[in-house]
Amino acid sequence: MAWFKRTKDHGLKTVKIPEGLWVKCDSCKEIIYKKEIDRNLKVCPKCNYHFRINANERVKLLADEGTFTEINPDITSADPLQFKDSMSYAERLKDNQKKSGLKEAVISGKAKINGHDVVLVIMDFAFMGGSMGSAVGEKIVRAAELALEEKIPLIAVSSSGGARMQEGIYSLMQMAKVSAAIGKLKDAAVPYISVISDPTFGGVTASFAMLGDIIIAEPRSLIGFAGPRVIEQTIKQQLPDNFQRAEFLLEHGLIDMIVERKDMKATLAKLIEHLKGA
Amino acid sequence: MGYYLEFEKPIEELELKIEELKRLSDGKDIDITAEIKRLEKKAKDLRSDIFNNLSRWQKTQLARHPDRPYTLDYISMIAEDFVELHGDRMFADDPAIVGGLGKINGTSVMLIGHQKGRGVKERIKRNFGQPHPEGYRKALRLMKLAEKFKKIIVTFIDTPGAYPGIGAEERGQAEAIARNLMEMSRLRTPIISIVIGEGGSGGAIAIGVADRLYMLEHSVYSVISPEGCASILWRKNGDLKTEDFSRAADALKLTAQDLLGFKVIHDIIPEPLGGAHRDPEGAAKNIKDTISKAIEELKTKMPGKLIEERYRRLRKIGAFLNGTQT
Repeated sequence: MAWFKRTKDHGLKTVKIPEGLWVKCDSCKEIIYKKEIDRNLKVCPKCNYHFRINANERVKLLADEGTFTEINPDITSADPLQFKDSMSYAERLKDNQKKSGLKEAVISGKAKINGHDVVLVIMDFAFMGGSMGSAVGEKIVRAAELALEEKIPLIAVSSSGGARMQEGIYSLMQMAKVSAAIGKLKDAAVPYISVISDPTFGGVTASFAMLGDIIIAEPRSLIGFAGPRVIEQTIKQQLPDNFQRAEFLLEHGLIDMIVERKDMKATLAKLIEHLKGA
Repeated sequence: MGYYLEFEKPIEELELKIEELKRLSDGKDIDITAEIKRLEKKAKDLRSDIFNNLSRWQKTQLARHPDRPYTLDYISMIAEDFVELHGDRMFADDPAIVGGLGKINGTSVMLIGHQKGRGVKERIKRNFGQPHPEGYRKALRLMKLAEKFKKIIVTFIDTPGAYPGIGAEERGQAEAIARNLMEMSRLRTPIISIVIGEGGSGGAIAIGVADRLYMLEHSVYSVISPEGCASILWRKNGDLKTEDFSRAADALKLTAQDLLGFKVIHDIIPEPLGGAHRDPEGAAKNIKDTISKAIEELKTKMPGKLIEERYRRLRKIGAFLNGTQT
C-alpha cells in the first residue's frame, strides 16, 4: 500500500537533497553545507537527523569495499492485474526505473561485512515508495534461500510504504511468502538481522521487517503498521509526539536497539561474530 | 425482510408486492395464487439475473452485507459441541477474533475466525471485526494448541482489516501479523481457510496461510479496500464518488472469481441464490461440505510433507519477469 504519507504534524517532509551547495535540514531547519552532510553519511551534523539514503549508498555503508555482488538483478514486476489509474502500472514502473536508476524497489546480493560473508537485501524508498510486489517478494525469498543454502547471515534493510497496491492480491501474498522463507532460516538457525530505516510501514513491517532474530532501527525512523494519517482519521485524535518513531518502538519493546548510521556496520559485524562464534 | 442493498431494490419491490398480495388473499376466497406464483417466479428470475451479473463493487457491498452470516453463525451451523476459548495470555481477549474447539462430522477441530457484530452495541464490542494484536496472538495460541493435540485448523476470514489505532501500534500490530504469517507457514497440522465476507489485507491474511484456501461466491479478498485505493489515486481530484470505488474495485480484481483465475485460491464455495444472508443454512451446508472434503484430503498427510507442500504453494505465487523470461 503506497498510502503512507507524512503529515506536517510529524515535523518532517519528504527529503530531497537538491543539487545546490547548501541544504536545509528537514528536522532542525539549519542550513548546512551539502558536502558536510555527505561526509557525515547523510546525517545532519547539527541535530543528528538521518536523511534517507538510496540503496547503493547503503551498500557502500555496510559492505566491505568491492565485495558486493548483486544477485537476480533482472527480476522486475510483471503486471498481472493490468492495473491502470492515471497511468498504467507498466508505464509507472518504467518511470520509476528511469527516476531511481533501479529496476525494482530492492537490490540483493552477497557481500562481506568486516570480512564476514552475508547476504544483503536493501530496499529503496525512491522506487514506488519501496513497495513490495511480486518482484520484491521473489528477490527477498531468493536472498533468504541463498543465505540458507550457504548458511551465512541474512541482513535486510527495509524502507517501504508496504505492499504494492498495483499488484493487488499478489502483493498481499508476498507477505506470507517472504515470512515463510524467513521461517526456514529460523529452523536452520541461520541468523537473520532486520535493519529498519525511515520509513517502514504496512505489509513490509508486518512481514520480514519484524521477524528478525535481531531488529535494529535507525534513529527517529518512522515504523509502524498503519500510516499515521489513517490512524488519525480513524481515532480522530492528535497522535503523540514521537508516535511510531524508532524510539517509541524501543520503549514498547518492539525492537532490540537503535543504532546510528555511523555505527551500523560495526554493530552488525559484532552481532554476526556473536551469533556465529563459539 | 431485512436490509436491501441499492441493487437489490427491484427485488425488494417485487417481494413487498408479493407479501401484500398474500396478505390480501389471506382468509378471503379471491383466488390470486396464480398471480402470486407468477410474481414469485418473476422475483426469482430477477434475482438470478441480478446476482449473475454483479459488478466487483456490488460484490464488495454484498461481502459486507449487514445480514450476512458471521463466523459464529457458521460455527453454530456446522460444528457440534463448540467450546469457545479466550485470551492471548499476555494482554487481553480480543472479541474481534473468536476461536475454540468444535466437532465437524465427529472430528474435533480448532475453529478460528474474525467476528463482526450485529447491531450497534455488538458491533462496537467486536470493533467491527478489526482485530488488535492480542486477537492475532490469541489465534496463534489456539493454533499452537491445535498443533500440539493434532487437531485440524479451520479459519474464517471476515475483516475490513487490522485496527489502525495507537494501542494496536504500541503493542506491535505488525509484529503480531508477521509472526502469524511465519508460524502458520510451518505449523505441523492441516490448515483450511475460508474467506466468508471481507478479506481485508494484512489483517485477513494473518489467519489465512493455509493448505486449502477457499472463498464464498460473493466474498472479496484484497491488499487494500476499493475506498482506500480510490483515496490514494483520486483523492486529489476532490470528493470521491461511488463510481471511483467501482473503478478501484475493478482495478484491484478482488472477487472470488478473480482470485480463482489467478490460482490464488483452491475453489469457490457457492452461495444460495441472493447471497448467503438469504439462506444461511444453505450457505453453511456448502461450507461444511467443502471443509469435510478438505479434511479427508489432508488428514492423512504427514506433517513434513504437509508443510513442504504449503511452502511450495506460497513460493510459487508471484508474477514477475526475469530478464526476458516470465
